[in-house]
Amino acid sequence: MKLTGAQALIKSLEMEGVEVMFGLPGGAILPVYDPLIDSSIRHILVRHEQGAGHMASGYAHATGRPGVAMVTSGPAATNIVTPLCDAYLDSIPIVVITGQVAYSAIGTDAFQEADTVGITMPITKHNWLVSDVNDIPRVIREAFHVATTGRPGPVLVDFPKDIANQTMEWYWPEKVDLPGYKPTVKGHPKQIKDAARLIQNATMPVILAGGGILKANATNELRELAELGNIPVVTTLMARGVIPDAHPLCLGMPGMHGNYTAVTSMQKADLLINLGARFDDRVTGDPNCFAQNAKVIHVDIDPAELGKVRRAEVPIVGDAKNVIAELIKAVKGEQSKHGAPDTSAWIAQLNEWQENFPLKYQQLDGGPLKPQFVVEALRANTPDDCILVAGVGQHQMWASQLWQFRQPRTWVNSGGLGTMGYAVPAAVGAKVGRPDRMVWAIDGDGCFQMTAQELVTASSERIPVKIAILNNAYLGMVRQWQELFYEERYSEVYLSPDLPDYVKWAEAMGCVGMRVDSADDVVATIEKANAIDDRPVVIDFRTDWREKVYPMVPAGGSNDNIILGPEFGEGGR
Amino acid sequence: MASRPHHILTVTVENKPGVLSRVAGLFSRRAFNIFSLAVSPTDDDRFSRMTIVVDAETAPLEQVVKQLNKLIPVIKITEIAPGDGVERELMMMTVQATAEVRPQVTELASIFDAKIVDVGFEALTIMVAGESDKLDAFSDLAKPFGIVELQRTGRIALARVARQPTRLRAVKAARA
Repeated sequence: MKLTGAQALIKSLEMEGVEVMFGLPGGAILPVYDPLIDSSIRHILVRHEQGAGHMASGYAHATGRPGVAMVTSGPAATNIVTPLCDAYLDSIPIVVITGQVAYSAIGTDAFQEADTVGITMPITKHNWLVSDVNDIPRVIREAFHVATTGRPGPVLVDFPKDIANQTMEWYWPEKVDLPGYKPTVKGHPKQIKDAARLIQNATMPVILAGGGILKANATNELRELAELGNIPVVTTLMARGVIPDAHPLCLGMPGMHGNYTAVTSMQKADLLINLGARFDDRVTGDPNCFAQNAKVIHVDIDPAELGKVRRAEVPIVGDAKNVIAELIKAVKGEQSKHGAPDTSAWIAQLNEWQENFPLKYQQLDGGPLKPQFVVEALRANTPDDCILVAGVGQHQMWASQLWQFRQPRTWVNSGGLGTMGYAVPAAVGAKVGRPDRMVWAIDGDGCFQMTAQELVTASSERIPVKIAILNNAYLGMVRQWQELFYEERYSEVYLSPDLPDYVKWAEAMGCVGMRVDSADDVVATIEKANAIDDRPVVIDFRTDWREKVYPMVPAGGSNDNIILGPEFGEGGR
Repeated sequence: MASRPHHILTVTVENKPGVLSRVAGLFSRRAFNIFSLAVSPTDDDRFSRMTIVVDAETAPLEQVVKQLNKLIPVIKITEIAPGDGVERELMMMTVQATAEVRPQVTELASIFDAKIVDVGFEALTIMVAGESDKLDAFSDLAKPFGIVELQRTGRIALARVARQPTRLRAVKAARA
């Protein structure tokens, strides 16, 4: 069967099981958009290429399957650089296809030419420039394999226009042959035995669960291990929901804005069991002051994460699901010989901290609307499996802190890169991947203005996402830092609550727009939004601009110096 | 250069466009320093070999190796610890050698087992191969004559081969 390069590309995507892709056509990718008409793949036409990338990422977060985006060359390719970098830092499997000028024209500064492969080399797991029409099926097969196996991540395939128009004899490679790419999945048995022995001998252990638990679909194993050893679990920003927040062993989020108990548990622990987290600086604070009493077991599928920030007594390379399952067996073996270790005094200590140092805020009757109140009201009025998406900043932290996560893959956010504007397109992608679920985004007013145009995409494609803007009229997190660390000298952070008019803007984009000023109207408005299922909804919550995110560990400081906030009296330390 | 701590990595990579860029980009992105880099074909045309001399002060070697290993076109990395490998570097130097001093220059060259590869009226081009220290010494000694141009290749290295017959090694290994 003879196919053009463009047809071969689309057919290859179909062979990979792609059901939907997010994109925007243009000159160099034009040939590929023609066979797309006859394809089973649903294409969602975005309004900006950055939207396509984040939608692919939201789709991947929510479904666990790779998200696919396709855009043209030059400016389109550079517009999708941010989502690639975002997905790279959060290990999200997305496959981005970019058009390129004709292979023969590469290097001539042709119209809309950019060195896409060069630009994206440091922010993709791997990328390819297709140089021969016969390579297309092989390259696409390799691209999906690399994106989804080992430590997942974004990949990019750059596709010259003349190659799209050449013909090839169709084939589909049986298997992928990449001699330089063989991820280690199984943990080393000796290391697992050593880890089990450390667990057996610990009296103050903590599990630090990271995004790797989700990538490996290891939530059941995580829970079993925690319950088996009676070991408390902190869940990083990327891992919220891997164990329900209501689980008695779940301590919630650690880090710069983590709760007191989660942060302090690691500081005091005698054993830290890191399962698929990377000791990010937002978690460790000053790494020299981090968890100084703890021995460390570190499980990661990426060998380079082991020893990068913190030396582990027992490093284990492997897939979290596989390694934890083996670890459970080994721990059971230890327990059958020596009995279960007693962590009850430790748990009692943690419960006392939880009791004494909870997350606190006050919603006064008739007082300004508190953003935390909105988050809690949303949680209380949405189903357990509702997918929550966030942008980056104060609203993201309140969402992560206060949303009672009940299921895995219900939390979509930009962790490592901290990409403002992530929420709207990622919510669209999540809803496309999980049309059966309710999808709410909690967004900031600053973030919303960066990518709101994708609500036009959502309206025209009938993707009913719901956006709650916590509108405090500021770039709130920056304002918070200026207040705390720059002597209240506010520099370029004021945005105005009324400009733009978010309700009118929502309506202009085909959404339902609503506004809430008072705590009394919050629940009724959320209920109204929940009842709308044929178009997106935007609610402009006018929240108290003075509110700050607490607790807080100042950047680069020790986690011992956690600031609890004004609710805890003088200095809150 | 030789006095600072360094490690030699010989890296077998797929012989494909852009591989050098991926390796070099990784070093700069992760803030690792390269002392020298030599790239050459191998006996198998699917692969190239890079010999990278790494500044061990900028990053732990383990991180460098692990990050390199993540590059998909990287097939194999071998670390050659100082003393465990045969290292050589090539230098070509054009040095002033007028009639009065020419005998001294050629004598210096012959002491260093160097070859004269080009002869001009007032200058000679000399090629010398050896360990980096030897090349350093040669250029120090040639300096007073006036070095016009100098170029070095960067080091290449191979692991030392076994000095015992296979059978004997097997016996020793069994005993240990």
